[in-house]
Amino acid sequence: MTGVDFRPAGRAALLATFDSLPQVVAFRTGLAEARLRGLTEVVSGARTLLLRFDPATTDATRLRSALERVAPAADADAASAVDPLVIPVVYDGEDLDQVTALTGMDRDRLIAWHTGQLWTSAFCGFAPGFSYLTGTEPSLDLPRRSASRTAVPSGAVALAGEFSAVYPRVSPGGWQLIGRTDVPMWSLDHEPPARAPAGTRVRFVDAGAA
Amino acid sequence: MSALTVLQVGFGVATQDLGRPGFSDMGLGAAGAADRGSAALANRLVGNRPDAAVLEALLGSVTLRADAYVVAATAGAACPVEIERADGRVRGAASHEVLMLAPGDTLRIGTATTGLRSYVAVLGGFAVEPVLGSRSWDALARLGPPPLSSGDVLPIGDARASWPIVDAVPQPDERWPDDPVVLEATAGPRDDWFTPGWRDTLTGQDFTVGSDSDRVGVRTTAPQPLVRAVTVELPSEGVETGSLQVPPEGFPVLFLADHPVTGGYPVVAVLTPESVDRAAQLRPGDTIRFRLVG
Repeated sequence: MTGVDFRPAGRAALLATFDSLPQVVAFRTGLAEARLRGLTEVVSGARTLLLRFDPATTDATRLRSALERVAPAADADAASAVDPLVIPVVYDGEDLDQVTALTGMDRDRLIAWHTGQLWTSAFCGFAPGFSYLTGTEPSLDLPRRSASRTAVPSGAVALAGEFSAVYPRVSPGGWQLIGRTDVPMWSLDHEPPARAPAGTRVRFVDAGAA
Repeated sequence: MSALTVLQVGFGVATQDLGRPGFSDMGLGAAGAADRGSAALANRLVGNRPDAAVLEALLGSVTLRADAYVVAATAGAACPVEIERADGRVRGAASHEVLMLAPGDTLRIGTATTGLRSYVAVLGGFAVEPVLGSRSWDALARLGPPPLSSGDVLPIGDARASWPIVDAVPQPDERWPDDPVVLEATAGPRDDWFTPGWRDTLTGQDFTVGSDSDRVGVRTTAPQPLVRAVTVELPSEGVETGSLQVPPEGFPVLFLADHPVTGGYPVVAVLTPESVDRAAQLRPGDTIRFRLVG
């Protein structure tokens, strides 16, 4: 396939780089079907997959040639009728005014934009259960706040760059806060503990509209 | 169940094992012992399985009382070790040797003279309650059995493979404080994001370990920073343990066991597993010399 490049990342991993997020998702779906020997963990990024392998079972050269034969595949979840995770949001975030000013959308249009599309967890990072969600609508490409907050509350619904996210716990953060939800994104009482691991579909609904 | 009681403990002493790999898709890293080789050696000294939980002690500094016959050993940063009997008699002991404790004995692990992290193993392993399949404390995610407090009771488990088969192993060589620690790394994955001179900048000068280093990463400074050739923002991507991630200042952060799952700065090179263990023993102010290997 074109556009994919495999780079060494130490003695037990390769970094596959892609031009776009849909390519990442398609390659990962194809990879799951290929069941490559020695591949131990795949970590999704925004434009990459980190492919960890067991050096006792395979090596970078053998894995690379096996990877070059992997055919990207259509995402099975998208085609099938898997219900998305529904996250009710109260749209009263502290940065709502700034976001409407930056985008030229009023509050209602912003809510319609946020609730009117299907989001996908592209990858997780930053904190356990922090899912970087990408939407089906054109991104607002919002900048981060010029000064980051020392304590963003748990459940804060936020935007930055091409992503939306829900803060799973109180943490520092520089994303623009547009609302809040009671849905816990990380809980050790839940199996799996993260509510939206990479690949999960998410839909936001306006809790205030109910 | 046999147990040890924590009588005194320094900052940041916690249980560690092989970690909990497999949760990256949920934003949780593997964690586990920072110096895996030393943790494995402590387990091997007492006859444990490799997955047994040990104590990872920053600069040593923990005192434990046994309520049963306990086989113990320490490895990693060589620290003074002493056993006080129930009747007050003190028996000299040492790091990197197998120790036999009787009920009522107190095991005192002192402050290491070189190196940073000492590992304490007991035959059977520390059987504190696991979290998501592991007894590792993850300082970044703040998840797992929490760091020890005095008064904690640590049950001993059944992660025993055999009786000890050696009495002692050599301690790591003590090095002069000014001697640079050589760390080996392989280039990539983002070496092409730096100007072609990056190899000389990385390998041609000494780097100094910063005081803000922890289980997440070892911070470094040097006279000359690494210079970016590609200056666009890097979209977040998965990172390996041992990654030399280069923030805008140009001085690598060496990712240790509790590193974030994904990072937004380019990784110029990745340490070999043996060098990750050496990096986990670096103290603030120590000097590093990097070497690139194939």
